[in-house]
Amino acid sequence: MQDTISYEPLLCPTAATVITGHYGSGKTNFAMNLSLAYSRMGKNVTLCDIDIVNPYFRSADFAPLCEEHGIHLITPPFANTNLDTPILTRQVDGAITGGECVILDVGGDDAGAVALGRYQEKITAREDYQMILVVNQCRPLTATAEDAVAMIADINRASKLSITHIVNNSNLGPDTSIEQITKSLDYGEKIIELSGIPLLYQAIPRKLLDPICAGDAPDHRLLQLYEERKIFPVDIFVKTPWSA
Amino acid sequence: MTEKQAERVLMKGNEAMAEAAIQAGCRHFFGYPITPSTEIAAYMSKRMPKVGGTYLQAESEVAAINMVLGAAAAGVRVMTGSSSPGISLKSEGVSYLAGCDLPCVIINVQRGGPGLGGIQPSQADYWQATKAWGHGDFQILVYAPSTVQEMVNLMMEAFDKADEYRIPALMLVDGLLGQMMEPIAFPEKDLSTIPAKPWATNGHKHKREHNIVNSLCLKPDELEQQVIARFARYDIIKAKEAQAEEYLVDDADIVLVAFGATARTTRSAIDMAREKDIKAGMIRPITLWPFPEKVIQKAANTAQCFLSVEMSMGQMIDDIKLAINCTKPVHFYGRTGGMVPMPVDILGKIEELARGLK
Repeated sequence: MQDTISYEPLLCPTAATVITGHYGSGKTNFAMNLSLAYSRMGKNVTLCDIDIVNPYFRSADFAPLCEEHGIHLITPPFANTNLDTPILTRQVDGAITGGECVILDVGGDDAGAVALGRYQEKITAREDYQMILVVNQCRPLTATAEDAVAMIADINRASKLSITHIVNNSNLGPDTSIEQITKSLDYGEKIIELSGIPLLYQAIPRKLLDPICAGDAPDHRLLQLYEERKIFPVDIFVKTPWSA
Repeated sequence: MTEKQAERVLMKGNEAMAEAAIQAGCRHFFGYPITPSTEIAAYMSKRMPKVGGTYLQAESEVAAINMVLGAAAAGVRVMTGSSSPGISLKSEGVSYLAGCDLPCVIINVQRGGPGLGGIQPSQADYWQATKAWGHGDFQILVYAPSTVQEMVNLMMEAFDKADEYRIPALMLVDGLLGQMMEPIAFPEKDLSTIPAKPWATNGHKHKREHNIVNSLCLKPDELEQQVIARFARYDIIKAKEAQAEEYLVDDADIVLVAFGATARTTRSAIDMAREKDIKAGMIRPITLWPFPEKVIQKAANTAQCFLSVEMSMGQMIDDIKLAINCTKPVHFYGRTGGMVPMPVDILGKIEELARGLK
């Protein structure tokens, strides 16, 4: 067993990683965590915020963090301002075409995935790309595996791309517990069974990682995922003004 | 009401209010999307068909509020939701709803104004909500939750109170609360307590007289009597329905007054002030109309001064002064245009006031 500090999940960075998911599944926070993980590997990471749906709590909030870690952040010029017009700049095209390791943080549901359509040819032109579906059992509209899987076809159609991996990011925000994550394992497995799409990671808040590293988990599947390095520790970067 | 702990979910404020409405028996939503309230309409468009309800995107806010009037007159639980510019468009319909004594629930997820303004959070529609959301002598119930859980609880209460008093109820929230996600649980809602509406225009079937719901009354003496009767009801509401939360008020020299998301940054500032041995406390109005005057009056007996913290240029401050009849100084700190008063800045104002006390 490795200790918590040295543990890293199995990272397989591709030229382009597209992060989609249901509305409020935790895509933006996961995209930031993945960007940092790839950056720690020495990759030259570009994080693109192409969320045309959400007006608040977006990657643009992470500008200082990205700068600190040498991550190139591309955000729409309207992000977190008072201009209610979704604009995607040419910088995004350039990053997708030529970036070493590009992560696209896409808006929620098929409505957000529509923004991918214009980049479809450029993304598929890269030698390899991953398209991740982030799922969260604690979100009422996707609380069943059937509901979560129904969204896959919608997102694929809207984006003209195909989801290749699942990240089970089931969480209750600040109240996420190992019990609640354990309960979501069946949900994740059912999604994989119904969709035929493999699991990339089981996300877990970093603060809950220690017991698992020490071999202590309420479900053996968590230990197995840990051995396979499919546990992805997430730090929470989305902050409210009163917690700032 | 007991919260089902086993079924906690993670929801955005906007979605949570929409779901709370459905669980409170609302089956009719009429609206027109606008940032930062759009998730209300988006959520309703997905959920209403599944519960046998009606979601209708109207051609405009004016149309939507008049559809609300029609459904309310027919006696069903009905709602709409919008953000500041859209809320202004609804003002004529709200006056008609008040004049018809019709219950409904309206959500305003406030953004910066005036005019088209911006899309970041604001509380600058306070005056509109509590004083004059339309022409004529009338008031509406105004609720100001400060957490997603409270948005759920008050949404359900708003439907009950609207029916009880035959009055429109407004959920006055801001973009920050509407957009943020928090873990919540839905209280079990007993729908058998929804009052009968014998006045509803839902078809007499030749078994009763026609019911008429109308705000038109051309005889001045009759109209005066109608308005006086309505204000007698407002007096009952003022006596029974005002709500506020007190936080460290008992020994406070400086009592801050803040509602909604601003109450959360204010609470952080008070905790920081207490660590510096400054006796600061907070009154958080949960209803803005009726305004919790008695709680503020009581605090005026012990506090040296008040500080109104708002996401506006200072609107609630007038009600604080009126509540205490200007017996203590009432100061102000606020940000506007979509800017949020941050804990460190509120603390700066508290420290400035504390220096003046010594």
